[in-house]
Amino acid sequence: MSSSLLEIENLESGFDTERGLVKAVDGISFELEKGRTLGIVGESGCGKTVTAMSIIDLLPKPAGRVRGGSIRLMDRELRDAEPEVMYDVRGNDVGVIFQEPMAALNPVQRVGPQIIESLLLHRDLTKTEALRKAVELLDAVGIPAPDMRISDYPHQLSGGMRQRVMIAIALCCNPDLLIADEPTTALDVTVQAQILDLMSEMQKERGMATLLITHDLGVIAEQCDEVVVMYAGRIVERAPVKELFAEPKHAYTKGLLSSIPRLSNKHKSELRTIPGQVASIQDFVSGCRFCQRMGREGESLTERPAYEELGGGRFLETCPECT
Amino acid sequence: MHFPVRGGVLYRQTGSVKAVDGVDLVIRKGETLGLVGESGCGKSTLGKCIVRLLDPTDGRVVFKGTDLTRMSQSALRPIRQDFQMVFQDPAESLDARMSVGELISEPLVIQRIGTRADRVRRVEELLDLVGLPKTAAQKFSFEFSGGQRQRIGIARALAVNPDLLVLDEPVSALDVSVQSQVLNLLMDLQNELGLSYLFIAHDLAVVKHVSDVIAVMYLGKIVEIAPAEELYANPLHAYTKALISAIPVPDPSVPRKRVVIPGEVPSPIDPPPGCAFGHRINAENYQASIDIPLELKEVADGHWVLNCPCCVNEQRE
Repeated sequence: MSSSLLEIENLESGFDTERGLVKAVDGISFELEKGRTLGIVGESGCGKTVTAMSIIDLLPKPAGRVRGGSIRLMDRELRDAEPEVMYDVRGNDVGVIFQEPMAALNPVQRVGPQIIESLLLHRDLTKTEALRKAVELLDAVGIPAPDMRISDYPHQLSGGMRQRVMIAIALCCNPDLLIADEPTTALDVTVQAQILDLMSEMQKERGMATLLITHDLGVIAEQCDEVVVMYAGRIVERAPVKELFAEPKHAYTKGLLSSIPRLSNKHKSELRTIPGQVASIQDFVSGCRFCQRMGREGESLTERPAYEELGGGRFLETCPECT
Repeated sequence: MHFPVRGGVLYRQTGSVKAVDGVDLVIRKGETLGLVGESGCGKSTLGKCIVRLLDPTDGRVVFKGTDLTRMSQSALRPIRQDFQMVFQDPAESLDARMSVGELISEPLVIQRIGTRADRVRRVEELLDLVGLPKTAAQKFSFEFSGGQRQRIGIARALAVNPDLLVLDEPVSALDVSVQSQVLNLLMDLQNELGLSYLFIAHDLAVVKHVSDVIAVMYLGKIVEIAPAEELYANPLHAYTKALISAIPVPDPSVPRKRVVIPGEVPSPIDPPPGCAFGHRINAENYQASIDIPLELKEVADGHWVLNCPCCVNEQRE
């Protein structure tokens, strides 16, 4: 019996393609405690969204599948669980906020029915009771005149409002875990500030754990207790948030942190960069993929570096060239 | 070289959409003017008015002493060598069916510059300038990553040796580690070639990094202009302050003192009278803004702010 809400162990997920199996997530492990926020940060192709979708079995089928490892939510194994079990988990134990509200919401259905869909599925409510709850939820997420907005279509709402609707849907059954996949990337910065505040408030009120996926290190710094840095399908570093920013240990983390333009930098100063770019997923080496990016040669490309626990909540992929 | 713009309004048939509402800007030779604002503020429209991809309905665009505003497209064509545009989404702005060599040399073809052999040489020169291998010329844009495609777009914009580049969200679609590469490239090119930039973006941290002067736009109007460091150190307009404080700081040890402004980014259709931002935040003196003409006033050296009674505290903090 463990204390963690969510335990991911050696997770491997991939897609069947014409050129064979493409492993987007290549053996990662982490835990999330009740009430805490874990950020997963990484750039395109690192596997962060595939990780999230693997947890709730939303990888595009039949090509996408979890290939290995274990996903335990409140001590219940979710990998290879029956569809009925996943229907129960999704929306009920786990709420999801997707990146693009216009893509995630049904454009030809009014907002009200989309919110209550989850309620009707998981709770014993009449349609009227559910609609009343939906209005309450819209109010809780800060939408003015919620009783009117219930009848709107998604395209009638602004980006910020649509994201609030997504949050309402994610929260309606009081889940224990909230998965937020780039929840503010598509929003203007002043609206992003509102949404991040709302998410913090909701989390505090409800004692939810949150898995926050983003490429934005500023959002990570402000919202997360702990951070996992992913690169090319693997975790390269994991640490409590203050430690990660104060003392990054992996070359990739260091590179990422030093390449962000900050308001406090002197203007027109040269930015540090990470040369090159992530390799195509089919070309990933079995060894250290950051060495691959940096154009290094030798053993580090064939030997997969060990993922070690350093103590104090810190973990590191210990490639001799990168750490 | 001054490049003053007095942009005007765009009218739609069913009503008036003041996408750009009386904007005065000056870009000096070798200088970067950053234009920052959120969606719908009119920054992209302004950029397009400047390069005459859109025709301003009022005001003037004066480039190197010549008034471009009402010139015919054919008269404009030779002048277009002197200013070029780089777009946000390299996937959309590069024709997928043209080779990289064809893409980069297209402006040379249009301007009838050089022989075919000259153009091949020029393409090689430009690829080298933006840090891409010569072999790229035979490939197609979809064979490259986002950052590389953006370099191709920059190479294309530089083909005709312009004095001014208008860059519309040039790094927004790129990963963070690639953003910094492209930003460094732009700064290097500016030094090497003496270019002027109009750098349009929504990310104030990025804009501040590359700009000499920054203009902040809200609902079609410029609310504040100042040298980059000054804007950050002494923001005077409430919107600028809110924008600065809304940006998440990548440093968990800095205490969060975010000014969260309520409401939505406005739509330019049917804007409220007077100061739109004052209206959004229910400012105390909002009513006073309705009857006075809102204009930029210089309050310190190079620091201009809208004379808005509800959003500006003239006291410097």
